[in-house]
Amino acid sequence: MNMNSFQRLRLAALEQWDSLQNGVIPMIYVGTASCGRAAGATAVLDAIEKVLLEKQLNANVVQVGCIGPCYLEPLVDIRLPGRPRMSHANVTPERARFLVQSYLTDEKPPVRIAVGHYGEDGDAFTEKVPRFFDLPMLKSQVRVVLRNCGHIDPEEINHYLANDGYLGLMNAFVMGPEKVIEEVKEAGLRGRGGAGFPTYKKWEVCRNTAATTKYLICNADEGDPGAFMNRSLLEGDPHAVLEGMLIGAYAIGASHGYIYIRAEYPLAIVHLRKALAQMRACGLLGENIQNSGFDFEITIKEGAGAFVCGEETALISSIEGKRGMPRSRPPFPAIAGLHGKPTIINNVETLGTLPNILRNGSAWYRQFGVQGNYGTKTFSLVGKVRRPGLIEVPLGTTLRKIIFDIGGGTTKKFKAVQTGGPSGGCLSEEFLDMAVDYESLGAAGSIMGSGGLIVMDEDTCVVDLARYFLDFTQKESCGKCSPCRVGSRHLVELLEKIIAGFGETEDLAKLQNLGETVKRGALCGLGQTAPNPVLTTLRYFRPEFLSHVADKFCPATVCRPLLEYRVVPEKCTGCQRCVSVCPTGAITGPRADVHNLDASKCIKCRACYEICRFDAIAGDAIVIRSKRRASDEQPA
Amino acid sequence: MSSGEYGVVLASFRGEAGDLIPILQGIQGRSGFISEDAIRQVSRFLKISENEIFGVASFYAQFRFTPPGRNSVRVCLGTACHVRGGQILIYALERELGIVPGQTTEDMRFDLQRVACLGCCALAPVVAVNNDIYSRMNVIRLKETLNEYE
Repeated sequence: MNMNSFQRLRLAALEQWDSLQNGVIPMIYVGTASCGRAAGATAVLDAIEKVLLEKQLNANVVQVGCIGPCYLEPLVDIRLPGRPRMSHANVTPERARFLVQSYLTDEKPPVRIAVGHYGEDGDAFTEKVPRFFDLPMLKSQVRVVLRNCGHIDPEEINHYLANDGYLGLMNAFVMGPEKVIEEVKEAGLRGRGGAGFPTYKKWEVCRNTAATTKYLICNADEGDPGAFMNRSLLEGDPHAVLEGMLIGAYAIGASHGYIYIRAEYPLAIVHLRKALAQMRACGLLGENIQNSGFDFEITIKEGAGAFVCGEETALISSIEGKRGMPRSRPPFPAIAGLHGKPTIINNVETLGTLPNILRNGSAWYRQFGVQGNYGTKTFSLVGKVRRPGLIEVPLGTTLRKIIFDIGGGTTKKFKAVQTGGPSGGCLSEEFLDMAVDYESLGAAGSIMGSGGLIVMDEDTCVVDLARYFLDFTQKESCGKCSPCRVGSRHLVELLEKIIAGFGETEDLAKLQNLGETVKRGALCGLGQTAPNPVLTTLRYFRPEFLSHVADKFCPATVCRPLLEYRVVPEKCTGCQRCVSVCPTGAITGPRADVHNLDASKCIKCRACYEICRFDAIAGDAIVIRSKRRASDEQPA
Repeated sequence: MSSGEYGVVLASFRGEAGDLIPILQGIQGRSGFISEDAIRQVSRFLKISENEIFGVASFYAQFRFTPPGRNSVRVCLGTACHVRGGQILIYALERELGIVPGQTTEDMRFDLQRVACLGCCALAPVVAVNNDIYSRMNVIRLKETLNEYE
């Protein structure tokens, strides 16, 4: 096989990369993934470009993807020739102007205010600034899938090629399809979309079908609220996923691929389209890819907002232009999928892992993780945690390490963590030392899911949370099977009744019973996992349910019908700020006199509470509380 | 709305069944919503019944059947935003604008939508007005923010 054209591509890319990394022009890196933009990175980027123009300064500005620590966004890194890259956190446009000017013109740039550097320890230039990857949030992480995110310009194929991109694919071409499947089997890779089914098994079934037309679909319909791992990878390193698609398609013998991606991810779509055009120009897409005899085309299909389309058969229906409703299996898509042809659907992260396995070998991959659960997994760590963000750790890492060492723990007392998004379970403190792997999570009544981790402290009410998740799955239920359509609805109604203060003790048994029925009877993964949040909270937080039911008391002060707002007379200075914002006239009182709050008019909108906290003299004169009541006494 | 406007969208498709969702997305991208007239045009083009098209369109959250307001307020109700008080922002907006999610104010100034996740969970709770994203929102700041949009 003639690899010369690929070697030429790679050499040119390496040259370009080297001149960028070791050249005489300073580099400025701005994290402009969606999360960075939400934090204000676009304004920061504008400010940088403006100051460069105004002051006639020369620098290469590179927009990079998300490096993970969302709490540090927007991040601006500056690297002077021959110096380590210095990372600056929470940069405002004004601060960006100052940094750029100072680094590019001053004798001694303000390195001491950097949050981290990318060089070696002991460099005189970096002073006392720690290495970026030694920061507490990053230290315990292992970056395999996310290795390029924040490091390369995702819109430049040369950056990817220079960082060993497409080498895995070239290895695959040398090995041949059967050996590729064997290698993935050896690596022990399991589907990262949630269920953890061995990737090679699906592939084998599909490879062994006699059909001539086969499809490979990349499932980028990341619909879990609170999960953004796939988005970050597609935005920050699209070629990794595309290379994975080529490897997978080559292994199963598919010549056409689809990327089914949420329309809510416009930036990821832009990056993917650009990447596809670059691949074609480099001979990595189309007919006879790099003289291997392998042809492959990729089509992007934008989802239209339906959570259930993350389910394989529903996703296929959606691509075919129909309502995204699942069908019963078998036949499995690997045998009869899109347009009735054998189809493999792999998750974004699974595909993003493949180039690493094919490049470095299965033995290398198996060094990460634990027996039966090899490799790394990305998680979006959010909720009441001090350092939220996107992380990647070896499977088998404990929840404690993830939440406390990486996430920095909670400000208030830790209460629970929801793994696996709306289909997952809510685990209590006693599970903190449990290793995160597919089997342990399953045994605890939860799932790995695609990797959302939502941390809760004592201010989160588990009853409200269970209702929130069930309300979500109920709305997203496609309505095809009655256990899910009707069952999820009744679960929500029971939970709402409890939240409203009308719950009775037998409602808890009803929840349990109904939850188990839905789990057993539903047609697809959505329904089968939908009751998990209720069942796990009932199992691990029963006393909290009981206090809602028996005492009409919400210990976390969340369930609105069980709350009351009060003015603390000793603290109120009579500043009238709350009077001015109250939309119903519930608060009255002359200036400088203690105000009066009429509970019958109060709609519990929080306006008075917030204005008192942030914009009044007293600061804490309005309290929200939940009061224990006897069962027969209904809430106001 | 003239049928010519949809013609531009339809021209880039071959008329296969799998084109339905991309066509609807194209129409909504141009016109802001899917009108009855649009469904009629698509029905003729793809040779699928209007009922079936409406059935597909109404299945997906993305499609709307009424014109959007001049400004779109989207409140994130992803998990992270929920535990940090996103629902309270919805209540405040319902009261302030007099509409519920999915509706447009009478003066067409605002439409209100709840979205599953805007993807900036670390900055929760988040509200987006048009393309501007406001992070760590509260009821008071929300009211001030709305005043900036005409």
